[in-house]
Formats: sequence, structure tokens, C-alpha cells
Amino acid sequence: MMRLPLFDYRTPRTVAEAAQILDGEGPEAMVIAGGTDLLPNMKRRQQTPRTLVSLRRIEGLSGAHLDHSASQLGSCLTLAEIAEDPRFRNGCSALWQAASMVATPHIRNMATLGGNICLDTRCMFYDQSYEWRQAINFCKKKDGETCWVANSSPRCMAVSSTDTGPALMALGARVILHSARGEREVTLADLYNNDGREYLTRRPDEIVSDIRLGPLHGWRSTYWKLRRRGSFDFPVLSVAAAARFSHDGVVEEARIVVGSAASRPLVAEEAARSLLNRRLEPEVIEEATTLAARLAKPLDNTDFDMSWRKKVTSQFVTYALRELRGDDMRAERTRVMHSQADGVS
Amino acid sequence: MIGHARRRVDARGKVTGQTIYADDISLPRMAYCKLLRSPHPHARIRSIDTSRALAHPGVYLVLTGKDLPIKYGILPVSQDETPLCVDRVRHVGDPVAAVIAREELTAADALELIEVDYEILPTIADPEEALANPEPRIHDYSEEGNIHKRVAFEFGDVDKGFAEADEIFEDTFFFQGNTHLPMEQHASVAVRDREGKLTLYTSTQTPHYLHRALSKVLEMPAGHIRVVATPCGGGFGGKSDPFNHEFVVSKAALMLGRPVKISLTREEVFYCHRGRHPMLMKFRTGVKKDGTITAMHLQNVIDGGAYGSYGVASTFYGGTLQTTTYHIPKYRYQGARFFTNKPPCGPKRGHGTPQPRFGQEVQIDKIAEKLKIDPAELRLRIAVKPNELTANFLQLGTVGLEQCIRRVVAISGWKDKFRKLPEGRGVGLACSCYLTGAGLSIYWNAMPHSGIQLKLDRSGCVTLFAGTTEIGQGSDDVLAAMVAEVLGIKTFDIRVYSGDTDLGPVDLGSYSSRVTLMAGNAAIQAAERAKAMMAEAVADKLEVPKERLRFADSAVFDAAAPEKRVTFVEAICLAEARFGTIGTVGSYTPPKFPAAKYKGGGVGTSPAYTFSATVVEVDVDTATGLVRVAKLWNTHDLGRALNPVLARGQVEGSIYMGLGEALMEEQDYRRLPSRLSHALVHKFPSMLDYKTITSLDMPEIVTEFIEGPDARGPFGAKECGQGPLLPVMPAVANAIYDAVGVRIDEVPMTPEKIVRALAEKKAGRAPRYGPDHFPEMSWGEPLRVPPPWDGGDGRAINEPPRQPKPSREKEKVLTP
Ligand SMILES: Cc1cc2nc3c(=O)[nH]c(=O)nc-3n(C[C@H](O)[C@H](O)[C@H](O)COP(=O)(O)OP(=O)(O)OC[C@H]3O[C@@H](n4cnc5c(N)ncnc54)[C@H](O)[C@@H]3O)c2cc1C
Repeated sequence: MMRLPLFDYRTPRTVAEAAQILDGEGPEAMVIAGGTDLLPNMKRRQQTPRTLVSLRRIEGLSGAHLDHSASQLGSCLTLAEIAEDPRFRNGCSALWQAASMVATPHIRNMATLGGNICLDTRCMFYDQSYEWRQAINFCKKKDGETCWVANSSPRCMAVSSTDTGPALMALGARVILHSARGEREVTLADLYNNDGREYLTRRPDEIVSDIRLGPLHGWRSTYWKLRRRGSFDFPVLSVAAAARFSHDGVVEEARIVVGSAASRPLVAEEAARSLLNRRLEPEVIEEATTLAARLAKPLDNTDFDMSWRKKVTSQFVTYALRELRGDDMRAERTRVMHSQADGVS
Repeated sequence: MIGHARRRVDARGKVTGQTIYADDISLPRMAYCKLLRSPHPHARIRSIDTSRALAHPGVYLVLTGKDLPIKYGILPVSQDETPLCVDRVRHVGDPVAAVIAREELTAADALELIEVDYEILPTIADPEEALANPEPRIHDYSEEGNIHKRVAFEFGDVDKGFAEADEIFEDTFFFQGNTHLPMEQHASVAVRDREGKLTLYTSTQTPHYLHRALSKVLEMPAGHIRVVATPCGGGFGGKSDPFNHEFVVSKAALMLGRPVKISLTREEVFYCHRGRHPMLMKFRTGVKKDGTITAMHLQNVIDGGAYGSYGVASTFYGGTLQTTTYHIPKYRYQGARFFTNKPPCGPKRGHGTPQPRFGQEVQIDKIAEKLKIDPAELRLRIAVKPNELTANFLQLGTVGLEQCIRRVVAISGWKDKFRKLPEGRGVGLACSCYLTGAGLSIYWNAMPHSGIQLKLDRSGCVTLFAGTTEIGQGSDDVLAAMVAEVLGIKTFDIRVYSGDTDLGPVDLGSYSSRVTLMAGNAAIQAAERAKAMMAEAVADKLEVPKERLRFADSAVFDAAAPEKRVTFVEAICLAEARFGTIGTVGSYTPPKFPAAKYKGGGVGTSPAYTFSATVVEVDVDTATGLVRVAKLWNTHDLGRALNPVLARGQVEGSIYMGLGEALMEEQDYRRLPSRLSHALVHKFPSMLDYKTITSLDMPEIVTEFIEGPDARGPFGAKECGQGPLLPVMPAVANAIYDAVGVRIDEVPMTPEKIVRALAEKKAGRAPRYGPDHFPEMSWGEPLRVPPPWDGGDGRAINEPPRQPKPSREKEKVLTP
């Protein structure tokens, strides 16, 4: 078995106390929520914090207030809680689908929404033991100079692999960040940075306390995830789409987000704009698909072949938009995602 | 007992978590060991400085290659490993030094203080590179350059056979390597006991071979070493070699006088490997218009990795069993195994045979299509017959292949589905044959392959001592059931001690599907002997002829007057009073196989052969190439199902493993741009990234046993743990073809490959994905053996003179 390095473990009772500890300890301290990402990383010596500040004893971080006009989700809500809660299923199905497809049931029992948003970026040259990384003389993401995916790249190309990130972005989420210096609110899209190493704009002393969603009334949303197996696997490509329709099926507002195709979830703005004031007829979908798929430039650092992942991107955008339109996509879902998750509701 | 579904004897311990695996063992004063492994794929070790590690607080001992210089290897002809590398590392992960410390974390920290000075050597990543670069040699003893071993046989005039053919098919296939992935990672605890002798608790499939290797390397009499094979959390062939860590902890325990434990990480298990050899195969097959095969020529380029392991045997198996499924009158086989700078390959479930079985079964599907014959019908025409003596002189016994095909066709609805399902949906069929125990031991000897001892006493308890290894397959249960059946008692009344070289008689190990047949026959013999003693004593007491006594329901009674009876316990007491303490033995030596007299003819011999047929139905997404296996039907000729639940478990486990290999598993390596790095690393040595299917990806499975007792099997039983895996991969390939009309001549069959083949099809080119070339090489002069129908007597007509007597170092090359 791989062993954890030694560390101090702190269990504050309030967000303010947690922020105080982070402030005092400096960047040697890290937040731990479910630990399902951080602890495996620590075993591989990707992160070796001296102090872990646990959020699990803080009351008030695990509630969910869902409302048609404005919703607030605590960052310590577990993915299992989201997956089991019918309010999510009916109100924001993209989030529900994304959370239901993360990892395995056991991991979802521990994994939190905040941890999922802040999930470390992933790469085949990085998610390896210390000894393995030594055998390639390390890489740009950690302890080394070269990016082995793109040798001349000035930045790290590790891949954003969060499932709920793209889904929440499609739902227009904002996040609240807490630190000893105060509180700030940013759009989730602004939390991300297209750099595998500095993938969040969050400062090390900041805690994500809540996720806020705007009005959900009239919105439909969906999430498509590419993975090799029906369980366990991180996404190696994903498409989240959400749209608000008029009563006669005309798109009034839309967002499309492509996940796991860069170091951050990519907002397909042009594609979303192309849908506005139109019904999702085949040629409308085709146009948006071309625009969205153009964004995805997968590299050879995840499971599956990169050119094939690119090809699947268009397929998934099409599937997602057809599902938004109301097509029954359950057969496709089972075939390509091995998932029992239902379509949009 | 026999033939009824029963709870296995070790079930309770396993489901309640009471079973003690090697990693669960914790002993007073125990120290922990960690191994320093090479970060380089190929390098010379100039020097090792261990002084800083030794000075680290909590460190007891640091060992290097110098401390354990004697070589070992599972096969007598491949003694090419040392517990720690002495002067050369040959793959990333090759162990170089060991630290033994008070805590595991301390040992791990101290590893970083060891300084190794390496001189980097050029690396070889695959057989074609090995052919192009005979130097530097990865091993000096290889046959030529980096060719480890070549085998070449010709049974009959193959060219003449091709001349008689109406059509000749030539196909090239590639089968990627994959690994066993047992749930339990290897772990060992070594103890120096109060007499100064050694006990090693370890997760192994072959305690007897390990016992011999320990004796050699530690230079200790085998009688002073006890190997205890702890209950094993899965082996599949991956725990059949003696491993580095087992020698290291043994040496350390002897030196320190403390128990020493090691638990490998999952990554280290990937470096132990010994999994499926990658094989690049060219099949040339001549057929008549009716499908009859006139000749076959198979060439096999085998990627062996950095050490010999079972590789010489694997090279034979890479072609030996082609003749035991379909009748092939003339056959040429050329196989060559290469050394490469990657963890060594070895035996994985099916050992060396699934790869060529894949090629042959896919090629038959192509032949059937060209000849416009239904693939099931074609196979029925060419299937081997009971008691056939094959072209390479393998003596078959019972053969249920025909029934397997007929039944699988019936239960799968084949006739309504084949070439009739809508686009994207398809069915495929494939068959196979496997052996029930290798006919020869790994080292030459004239002793039994299995032994069993029974002890019965007045308590009523029957104690069974076996050398066999319970690796999850259910061998303890099967042995208990056979003894219980003979003695008329319940398995719960028997206590089984297995896998302990001090307690049980020698058994060669849990490999080659040998235990049920070989140890089973030994167990029956021991039980019959005990029964005879009891019958004699009871006959005196009841005053009935002993022939009339029956043993059933925990009693011994007169068949003519069942009320005349004693209980089983009374029967033991009577026997104990009459004969003294009751203990019996049984042993099993496979029958002589006189047919094959040529050198290498021992490989593939077996007391009995099993047969399987499989139909797979798949759903292929034409846009993405993603495949979902919808349903699978398997029929397996196993002679007799001793415990149908266990047998079904073996079949379903084989199918699970086969589907993983078919669709996704790859033991794959990565090179970095050579101007920047000399790395050659395993791409994903972790359970998350090495993809194998999950329960959610498993289809519904329908299993049917074809039962026809084989006289050589205990109660008629043959194997069922390996054979059913073999047809799965080719059946999937054939089903994909039926679904979307593309040939994937390569395993695994990933969506990327399917999409590429679909694009070829769309462009009007050959609708196929697979290897497009085959290396040119010299295979050497084949051993020419005329087949039985050409008047052959099993001898080669061009055999070079054999060495007179196998010496201890260079004992004969033998089997899996
Ligand atoms: C086998 C396996 C499969 C997985 N598959 C998937 C998958 O399919 N999809 C997927 O998205 N993830 C997957 N994961 C990763 C992980 O389980 C999830 O992303 C999970 O949601 C992380 O949440 P956590 O609470 O466990 O995070 P933690 O491990 O506790 O934290 C993750 C990171 O976020 C930081 N962090 C956590 N909470 C906060 C907060 N409130 N404020 C600021 N920083 C914070 C931590 O410091 C750390 O850097 C998988 C993990 C494993 C082991």
C-alpha cells in the first residue's frame, strides 16, 4: 500500500476559524474536504502539505437551498447527497447527472461539491507515484522543467477533470470565497484559469464556502461525459449544455461548456450565441456543434486517443442539444456512457 | 457431495473477513522492508552507496545485490534473476536495494538516501527493435543477440498441403500484453524460528517451486525452510514465479532474527508482471472449398520483457495447441521470444494460448465468410474428434467440442441473428481447447505431481493435508468434497490444511489447471485407502462381507440390511483399534505420454483436454465506435461439474477477464522524445488508469456445462478455470464484424480502432484495423516430425543428438 506522509490535522468549527488557520500557516497548509482527491495526491507526493485544515466539522457548509429564483449550495454537500436528492434531478439535471457520474458510490459518499470544483488538474505524466515521475525526470506541473505532452509548451497542459465544474458553469454558477481578509464572489468561470499548474484564481488562503445559482425557471440542462467504463473513471471529455426556452421552443438564453479538453472548462460562447432566438432544428444544432467542437484541442495526456476524443466532442454536443430539445436520448446514454442516468427533466 | 451446488469450505472466513491474507499478518518485533527500484530501463550499476541510509534512525539493515548473488528463475533453463540487481538493471522497477526498518515509512524515507551510480545503456522497447539491435544484449545467455529463444516445428509437408488447397488465407494479428490484476497485492512475511530455521508466509501460487528456489539462493537445505502459501487474493498466473521480495525478506529475517514483512504497492505489482506476452502473429491457412484445412503455418513474434520467467514454455504454447481444436493435417510453427527492457511477461490465464487462439478463430470467421459457410457449421466440419492423435502427437481423450457448438448455437439464437441483426448490432462465435494440467513438471523428476495425506482419529475429524494452493479458485473445497464423497461424510467434517510445505506433501502448484485433476485423484486414492481400512474393521464388527458395506450419511452400513450400521465415528474407532493410528496417503503422477518422442513434444501434453464455445452479442455505436457487450453465451465441456457454483464462478470469471482483454486492457509502455529522455516507462501502473471492466460493464452471461465424464478426471472432472477465457476475445471481434462490417485484427478492440476501420470502409479500402507488416527474420531449421497419418512414430527425422542426462543446473525445458 502507498503510505501518506506525516501531517498535522486541524478541525476548525467555523469558516472564520478555518480561514484564520490558513492565514497563519501560509501556503504549507491546505484545505481538505472529502479528501478523495487530496489524499491520493499526497500518497503520490504531488502535494505534501504540512497542515491539513478539514472543513468537515464546520456546520453550515453542507446545506442546500434550492429555489427557482436563487439557490445556494454549501461547498461540503457530498456528491452522493446531490445524486440522491430529487430536487436536483428536477431542477438542475446537468449538475445532478454530473454528480451521479463522478467516480464510484463509495467515493461519492465522501466527495464534496467544493472539492470537485477545486479538483487538481490531471495528466498521465503527473498522476503517478513519486518514483514513476522520477523515471521521467518529473514534469512542468511538479518538480520538473519539461511538459511531456507538448515539449515546447510554456505552460503546464494538465487537464481540468472536474465533472460538476462544467455543469455548474452551464447553470451560471457563482462561488463565494472566504479568507481572513474577507469574502468575495466570482463567477465559477472566473475561478478557472487555463494553466494546468495555476488552474484556479483562488488564493491558497481562500475557502470556497458556497456555490450560488441564479434563476432556474424555464431552464433545461444536460451533461454528457466520456469515460471508458461505467464507473470509476474521470471524464476525458464532457459537454454541459443549458438553455432557457420560450413556451414554443425558441431558445432565449443558452450556455454550452466543454470540459476535460483543456486546463479549464471551456465556455463555447459563440456556439451558445448561435442558438439564440432559434428553435433547435437539425441545422441549428449542426452549426452550434461545429462552433463548439472547434474549441476542443485534446492532447495525448488522458485515456483514449486525442484525435478520437476530438471527434467525440462534436458527437456529444449534438447529443446534448438534441436532449435539450426534448429527444429521448436514453439509448445513446446507455450505449456511450454505460449510464443509467435518465435524460433531462 | 459431487455435482451439487454447495457452500465452499472457506466461504465463511472470506465473507466475514476472518481469512488471514499475507498482508494481515503482524508479529511481535516485526520489521518492514521496502525496495529501491531502478528509475532507468537499462543501465549498468557502477556503485551503490548505502551508508546514509544505514545511518538513518530506525533502519536495521540495507541489502544490495552483493548480499544475494545467486541466480534463480522458475525454469531450469532460465536462471537469470537475482533478488536484487547485481550489476545491471533491465527495466524500470527492477529492484536494486532493500531497506529494512522499524516502520514502513522509515524504510521508504531511507530509500531516498541510497545513492546509486548508473551508466545508462541503450534500450529496447519491442521485438522489432530487438531484431535491429542485437547489441547491447539484455542477457548474455540468449540464443542470439536479443532473441531469447526460437522454436520451429514442421509436422508433415506443409508446402504440399498448401498446394492441395483451393484457397489460402494469410492474416496478421497483434495481441497486446495485459496483466493479471489480482485484488491482493503480493505480500510476504519471513520469520527465523526458534530453531534458527526459516518460515516464509507469502502470497504465492507455487510454494513448492519457491521452496526450491529459496534453498538455492539462500544456500540452506530445503528441509530447513518452510513456505506457507497464505490464502491468496487472486493469482491468475501472476504469483507463479519466485519473486525478488520473497528472497529479500527471507535473507533479512535470517540476518536480523526478526520477522520481516513486505507489502507491495499496486505499482510494484505491475513491475512484477509475468502477464500475457504481446504477440505479433502471421497465420497462413490452406483450405478446401468445403472448409477442410489442408495446412497451416503460424509465425509468432513474442515480446518477452526483461527476464526469462516461463517464457520458454510460453514460446511453445504460442503455437502448440492450434492442433487440438480443429483438425490440421500439416502444420508448421515458428515462434521467437525476444528480450526487451520492460517487466517480464509470463503465464496469465490460458498461458501463451489465447493470443494464437484469437488469430485462428478470427481467421476461421473470415474463411467461413469467403467460402459462404456458416461459421458454426464450418467449425463442426473441422472440429477434432474424441481420442484423436493430433499432427503434433497430442493425445486427446474426451472431446465435447461438437456438443459445445451445437448447444451454444441453440441457446444464443445464433441462426436468427447471424448476419440478420440491424446495423450496429452483431453476434460472433469462437471456440477453444485447453489442457487439464501440464503433463510434465517444470524440472525433470520421476516423482508424483501431487500428494495428499489424510489423518482420521476417534474425534471423528478427518484432516486433509495438501500441498495445493487455494488461490480463490476453490481447490480446498474441491479436495474436501472428493474425500467427503468417498467417505460418505460432509465437507464440514473435514479440515483442510493446504499450501504449507512443512505440513502437506509436495504439490507442484496452482497453475496449468492441474489441481482438481491431479490433487483430486491423489485425494481419492488416500480416501479409498482409509475407507478400505474402515471397511475391514466394520465388516468384522457387523459380520457382513466388506464388499456389501456402504459409506453414506456419516455412517457405514450393510447395503442389504441398512439397519446394520455404525456411525462414521464408530467406524474410525473400530479401524483405529484394529490397525492403530489411521493415516493414509495418495499421490498422482500423470500417465506417460508415449506418442510425442521429439524434443519439445512434452509441451501441450495433458491427462485431459476441455473445450468451449462462445457467442457474444454486441452493440456498436457507429459514430464513436464505442462497444457495449449486450449478452454472452458460453458452453464448456468440463467432464463433470464437481461443485456447479464453483465451476460457474470459474467460467464467469474467465469471461470477465476475457472481455477486459478484448475491449480495453493493455500493459503498455511509453517512450519520451529521445533527444530529451531515455525513459521507457509503464504508461499507467495503477488500478485507476490500467483499464479493466467493472461490474457495470458486464453483460448478462448464460453458461451451460457439457458434461461427459472423462476417465482420467476425478469423478470425471476436467478443468474449467482457463479454457472458457480463450474464445471470448475472438468472439467479440467476430461480433463487431457482424455488427458494423469491420475487422479488428488486434486486441484490445478499442473505439478508436473501430472508428478508423469504419473510415477505411467508407473510403472504399479494406475495412480493417490491424498490423500491416511482419518482420523478416531467420527462424532456424525446423524439427521435422511426420504426423501419425504420414506414418510418423512421434520422432523427428532431423533431430540433433540429445545431451545424455539433465544436470541439476540445466534440467530439461518443461512446461507452464
Ligand atoms: C478512483 C477515483 C475516481 C474519481 N473519479 C472522478 C470523476 O469521475 N470525476 C471527478 O470530477 N472527480 C473524480 N475523482 C476525484 C474526486 O473524488 C472528486 O473530484 C471529489 O469531488 C473531490 O472532492 P473532495 O471533497 O474529496 O476533495 P478533496 O480531496 O478534499 O479536495 C480536493 C482539492 O480541493 C481543495 N478544496 C476542497 N474543498 C475546498 C474548499 N471548500 N475550498 C477551497 N479548496 C477546497 C483541496 O485543498 C484539494 O486541493 C475521483 C477520485 C478517485 C480516487
